[in-house]
Amino acid sequence: MNLILDSLIFIGNSAIDVLPIVIFLFAFQLFVIGEGIPNFRRILVGFGFVTVGLGLFLVGLEETLFPLGRLMAQQLTAPEFLHATRVSVMGALDWADYHWVYLFAAAIGFSTTLAEPALMAVSIKANSVSGGAIGIWGLRVAVAIGVGVGVSLGCYRIISGLPLQYFIAAGYLVVIVQTTVAPKMIVPLAYDSGGVTTSTVTVPLITALGLGLAEAVPGRSPLLDGFGLVAFASLFPIISVLAYGQLAVLRHGMAQSTTEKTKLPEEEDHAL
Amino acid sequence: MKRSLIALSRDALFSLRDLLPIVVVIGVFQVFVIKQPVTGLVSILFGAFLVVIGLAFFIFGLKLALFPIGEGLAHSLAKKGSIFWLFVFAFVLGFGTTIAEPALLAVAQEAAEVAVDAGVIAATEAAKANYALGLRLVVALSVGVALLIGVFRILSNWSLPLMIIAGYVLVVLLTAIAPAEIVGVAYDSGGVTTSTVTVPLVTALGVGLASSLKGRNAMTDGFGLIAFASLTPILFVLLYGIVLG
Repeated sequence: MNLILDSLIFIGNSAIDVLPIVIFLFAFQLFVIGEGIPNFRRILVGFGFVTVGLGLFLVGLEETLFPLGRLMAQQLTAPEFLHATRVSVMGALDWADYHWVYLFAAAIGFSTTLAEPALMAVSIKANSVSGGAIGIWGLRVAVAIGVGVGVSLGCYRIISGLPLQYFIAAGYLVVIVQTTVAPKMIVPLAYDSGGVTTSTVTVPLITALGLGLAEAVPGRSPLLDGFGLVAFASLFPIISVLAYGQLAVLRHGMAQSTTEKTKLPEEEDHAL
Repeated sequence: MKRSLIALSRDALFSLRDLLPIVVVIGVFQVFVIKQPVTGLVSILFGAFLVVIGLAFFIFGLKLALFPIGEGLAHSLAKKGSIFWLFVFAFVLGFGTTIAEPALLAVAQEAAEVAVDAGVIAATEAAKANYALGLRLVVALSVGVALLIGVFRILSNWSLPLMIIAGYVLVVLLTAIAPAEIVGVAYDSGGVTTSTVTVPLVTALGVGLASSLKGRNAMTDGFGLIAFASLTPILFVLLYGIVLG
């Protein structure tokens, strides 16, 4: 019963989010372009699906995955758990004693990214624009690997206390080098994938992990050190997607197959 | 109708596949690492069902509404040939979708706590609300500017890598002079701005614009708008920190 009420509240909230955008788009179409809205009914139904879908998606996450993920982040960073699984022999915990945290961070970063709706949208678009050269599944896995590695490394940074900017600067250095050698067509997409990855599903879970860690590790402040995981999760997908492009060139010679505006049927969901 | 139903159920099947990894990760860690019983399995399963249906609906609606209208508007604006309205559209889309972004709200409130801790602002509710609102306005402004710059790049054909890299060099320089407590917040704000509804629209805008302009390639010129939207919030928030600090 509660869940039904919650669902309605979430759908209402997502309507509040979506409605201004719809009004803006329609107003622009009507008053600036000066034309009616093509396929008005279809578009309206589509926005209905987007609103209800987003609402149900979020209520499902809020009821199940988020509490469970937050609880697990707490359990994995709890002193009792860390002492029970430690590998160092004596004294204070060192960075290697947090091995389960790194593994969980990588796994949860990877798996939540695969379920990220915004990334799906971009992958579908990239697939159809590239004429199928970029696989929906391949791109998503590439981004997910980047997020997994990024979040894991971000956890190491919180535990080790090293400055955030060192990692970020080093990461962008790698991006610069890769940009010069990666195929041109993948570069803009790779830069975009950094921002796409971190939205609905991933951010709440990795934020919980970061805050849990910063609370558990002696000498860290949740407020100062809890931040920064999202930055890692936005940077590393750029590197992994550029690498995906480089690999694809090595394997298939993908660069030549870039054609403009090749529309493919939606069946391409399985590509790669 | 029948075709739509088939498309919808296929989207549902894909959503199931997309969520499976999360279920596996959580399951494996619960059973083998944490080794504690999970309570409320039935409600968890029902919630997971809602997630699958919700995701399927969203993807279905995306193809039906968000993509066509975003691309249609980009085409019409390009055909109209008014750069002014194109810039207005890009800016308002960026500013409007960001100011109401729930994730940004959360980050702004936490950032206000950090600022109180660091002694930048007074520990009153009013000061915190003020600071959080200021931060939200700055980030929304930065996303509006980002889309404006991104659209300008598509029109002008400037090099995306050069612009982005120059931006990040600026980030590194500003980080060196910005107060320490704003750095983490600034870096994170780049990630939270791009929401689930905004991303498809912005992508459709870029691709639609690039494919309706002569001499532009939808793949190499159409993408990149979101990259700007992740970069400028970092810059603007660092500046906000420097100015206030």
